Amino acid sequence: MLISAQDISRRYGAADLPFFALRPTSLEIEAGAFVAVVGASGSGKSTLMALLGLLDRPSSGRLLFEGRETTALRPDATARIRNRRIGFIFQQYHLLARMTVLRNVELPLVYAGESPRNRRRRAEAALESVGLTAKFHAMPANLSGGEQQRVAIARAIAADPVLLLADEPTGALDSTSGEGVLGLIEALNAQGRTVVMVTHDSGVAARARRVIRMRDGEIVSDGPADPETRHPERAAS
Amino acid sequence: MRPWDALHAAALALVENPVRTLLTLLGVIIGVACVVSMAAIGAGAQQRISEEIGAFGANVLVVNPGATRKDGVSSATGDQKSLTLADAEAIAGLATIAAAAASDFGKVQVVAKNRNWSTTVNGTNVRHFAIRQWTIGSGRAFSPEEEVSAAKVAVIGATAAEHLFGADDPIGQVVRILNTPFTVIGVMKPKGMAFGGQDQDDVVFVPIAAAAVRLIGGANTVNHDAVAYILASARSSDWMGYAVDDVTRLLRQRHDRGTRDDDFTVTTASSALAAQESSTRTVALLLGSVALFSLLVGGISIMNIMLVCVTERTPEIGLRLAIGARPRDVAFQFLLEATALSALGGLVGVILGSVAAVIVTRVLGWPVLVRPEMVAAALGLAAAFGVGFGWYPAWRASLLQPVDALRAR
Ligand SMILES: Nc1ncnc2c1ncn2[C@@H]1O[C@H](COP(=O)(O)OP(=O)(O)O)[C@@H](O)[C@H]1O
Ligand SMILES: [Mg+2]
Repeated sequence: MLISAQDISRRYGAADLPFFALRPTSLEIEAGAFVAVVGASGSGKSTLMALLGLLDRPSSGRLLFEGRETTALRPDATARIRNRRIGFIFQQYHLLARMTVLRNVELPLVYAGESPRNRRRRAEAALESVGLTAKFHAMPANLSGGEQQRVAIARAIAADPVLLLADEPTGALDSTSGEGVLGLIEALNAQGRTVVMVTHDSGVAARARRVIRMRDGEIVSDGPADPETRHPERAAS
Repeated sequence: MRPWDALHAAALALVENPVRTLLTLLGVIIGVACVVSMAAIGAGAQQRISEEIGAFGANVLVVNPGATRKDGVSSATGDQKSLTLADAEAIAGLATIAAAAASDFGKVQVVAKNRNWSTTVNGTNVRHFAIRQWTIGSGRAFSPEEEVSAAKVAVIGATAAEHLFGADDPIGQVVRILNTPFTVIGVMKPKGMAFGGQDQDDVVFVPIAAAAVRLIGGANTVNHDAVAYILASARSSDWMGYAVDDVTRLLRQRHDRGTRDDDFTVTTASSALAAQESSTRTVALLLGSVALFSLLVGGISIMNIMLVCVTERTPEIGLRLAIGARPRDVAFQFLLEATALSALGGLVGVILGSVAAVIVTRVLGWPVLVRPEMVAAALGLAAAFGVGFGWYPAWRASLLQPVDALRAR
């Protein structure tokens, strides 16, 4: 099992008046899965994704990543796991504006301590695999939204992680660019990478093989995607 | 993360907002500029002082008429001259003294043929030259007969020679001093500037008897024997202390001072220059406190701007944490930025400070000396301020949680 969460919760607010962004929840994600997390805004999707990506610590429960209990790990150890094993894709791309596309994609490899030659080679390969061969030395601001998100995907896969976490990856894109991004994510999953993708768009969610529905900090359903809606040509709308 | 990558990231962040970077750096720039110019002035003065002591003669002492002021310089008393030729003779007779020479001087017009030049006419004797270790360049010094007979002969300094005679040979020519013709018998070797920037070669020497009778002393109807100062040399520079004591005791006795204060002042090269040194030290101290204050202000503004940076760049920090930066990587990044920022300020400050030092040399005539080790120290100081004041913002940045930082907008 890639991820095994046991009764994890995320609580905000005072102890006497707690607010649960995520109520105690258990779930497992097997290696190679393509999971969509859907639900209304504020239902706790991002909270769950942050916990699965070790960006946040659960208020309770245990989280095993590749069989290793992570909730008591020191920040350096979780940083290392995020660096080597997880790639993140965000709705707002989160590219660093003052760096070229290539430097942005190299960034995870910089923190991995890769040599300049290696990381350049790997960053170029990642950019090629998302179809941005011509944009190595462009600045992010000069790219379209779809191109920026593809740079972000290249950055997410540059260090060759096992898990891709995408929080509303098509949320800021028009339908054509969104479809391109979705296609890339599907292809990455097809290569064997586990994908967990947060979306509030059920059409997008239908592209996954498993759909987790959330409401008010709880998982209300978890199962295979509705085969009725698994039609790529309708999904990105 | 490799150091070079960290440096690259810091440089990118600094050039992203150049105006803000410059404004932030103002304090550090001013501080370091002050440190550099202060050090340059201090080092220049120090070097000049030791040169001066060497040039003036470590075993030379000067007796001036008038009581000693607090700052170690004699108060000038124009009319009542308390030193006489006889005092000089008596000083010369002391066991610790090698030689003594009285001098009388005034600033007068000297005329040679068609040229005329205002210079110092110094009435003295040949021992004056010996005490100052000053040798004749061409011609000769006064003979004993000329000294006794108040002969109308002159030995002139190099600057005076140039102004009065240009390229001509002055030896054997006549100069008119207050309408009295004097024959030039010698030209001194060039001696250069004194500490105050005064040209020691702009002078005309005549026998003191001639000066007393025919020139400066002629106007002094009170006391024909009075002299302006007495120059003396101790037998050895190690004996300076004893020599000063002996001269003081002798003159107090000769002048019947009893319980009253000295009516003369004994100055040595080191005591005269100590006064100069203390005035340059005052300036250095002033600049030093301005420097420290500016550096402090500079450090605080760096801290302030770095805190702003941390807030502004919280999403960036979140992204870096998400893709694998450790808290210490984030801290290091901001610390390095603060340090690079203040080192940059230090660099600009060093340049400005050096320029200021050069301007001081030109305008005020103070000696300055920019030493590489002082420049390095100033840069180091600036960098240290960067580290010191960058530490807190860096620490704050490292405390950010990835999820919170990513959510910030
Ligand atoms: N740092 C926080 N402090 C307080 N409440 C938070 C914090 N982060 C998220 N929440 C709350 O938790 C709930 C779930 O948020 P989130 O997981 O972002 O929802 P979604 O991604 O499904 O839109 C929301 O009500 C949100 O306001
Ligand atoms: Mg969300």
